[in-house]
Amino acid sequence: MEELLDFTTGMSLALLALVLFSIRRQHIRVEYSVSWFGAALSLLVLSQWPAALHTLAGWFGIGNAPLALIFIVGTLFLLVLFRLSVIISDLKDANIALTQRVAILEYRLESVHGQKATQG
Amino acid sequence: MTPDRPDSLLIIVPAYNEEAAVGRVVEEIRQVMPGVDILVIDDCSLDQTAAVARRAGAQVLSLPYHLGLGGAVQAGYKLAYELGYEYVIRTDGDGQHDPRDIPRIYEALKNSGCQMVIGSRFLEGNSAPTSLVRGLGIRFFRWVLRPILGRPVRDPTSGFVGVNREALQVFSKSFPLEYPEIEALVVLQRKRFRFVEVPCRMRPRLAGRSTITVLKSFYYIIHVLLGVFVNVLKYERRRR
Ligand SMILES: Nc1nc2c(ncn2[C@@H]2O[C@H](COP(=O)(O)OP(=O)(O)O)[C@@H](O)[C@H]2O)c(=O)[nH]1
Ligand SMILES: [Mg+2]
Repeated sequence: MEELLDFTTGMSLALLALVLFSIRRQHIRVEYSVSWFGAALSLLVLSQWPAALHTLAGWFGIGNAPLALIFIVGTLFLLVLFRLSVIISDLKDANIALTQRVAILEYRLESVHGQKATQG
Repeated sequence: MTPDRPDSLLIIVPAYNEEAAVGRVVEEIRQVMPGVDILVIDDCSLDQTAAVARRAGAQVLSLPYHLGLGGAVQAGYKLAYELGYEYVIRTDGDGQHDPRDIPRIYEALKNSGCQMVIGSRFLEGNSAPTSLVRGLGIRFFRWVLRPILGRPVRDPTSGFVGVNREALQVFSKSFPLEYPEIEALVVLQRKRFRFVEVPCRMRPRLAGRSTITVLKSFYYIIHVLLGVFVNVLKYERRRR
């Protein structure tokens, strides 16, 4: 149990460092780092505060604290991943609309130029 | 390219890497429908599709990156709607649809009062050479769509489709990205629009091969089934 908590503490610290580093290097945008921060911090708190972990484990009806920790971590990361899918879908929708708009504008611009050429 | 007559018609041809076929497709359409506006939508092909289409006498709408069939068709619908066309007929760039069927679809668009006309390869005993999986898929979707549409549809996967301006307006806003035909039917149903099927011939491809392989057929079925589901749910929610 102790070792597992040490391990998850290390993991959450590493994740925090990675996220901070990535923001500084502008590899990810601040608004997309928030959910990773949330996940890493929750992980850190639970690893350093066994009482809270036990209480949570009790809520979920899981007698075994390590199992509860894995369960909670898994859920947190699933949530972050799902949020990413939502964001990607939004981006894709915007991209489709933009692509079609660019194509249509280009088309209409060419036909305007074509008309000018035949008139002038 | 501007619509001049009250029954203005635009023929759109989605094409992806069809340089070997699209030229003849455009020429054939021009023979059958002299003077009609033809728009080839080039979905960022890697070959000479756009140039070949232009040379054959079509206008070309070039997408700056590859969207997929539905995205390309929707771009055509949007442009047609903005330019003020009354009717749009979509025909494939691989030469599988016979342009001699276009006038029949056009007539049905003008006279049937339906918002959508489907060129169906299974009416009047016509049978089309399709793969086994594909044939099963079509049967399956006929069965799925029957209760949703409240009436049978023989060829729900047909890409030989005409729409009027009402449908254009709807599709400009909402159209599936990848495999559009079946979902589009459900979108129409949500609006309580009507469709009619007219018999059409289906030919072998002029060149190349279908982008829908056996493996993709399974992906197709699950993908489209989900799309249909989502659209039906939207429909139910609105009715309440
Ligand atoms: N714009 C666009 N057109 C496509 C794409 N894939 C296929 N098409 C076109 O859609 C039509 C039908 O495609 P095809 O592969 O023949 O499908 P099938 O006839 O249903 O077997 C042809 O005109 C293709 O060029 C795509 O990704 N983007
Ligand atoms: Mg084909």
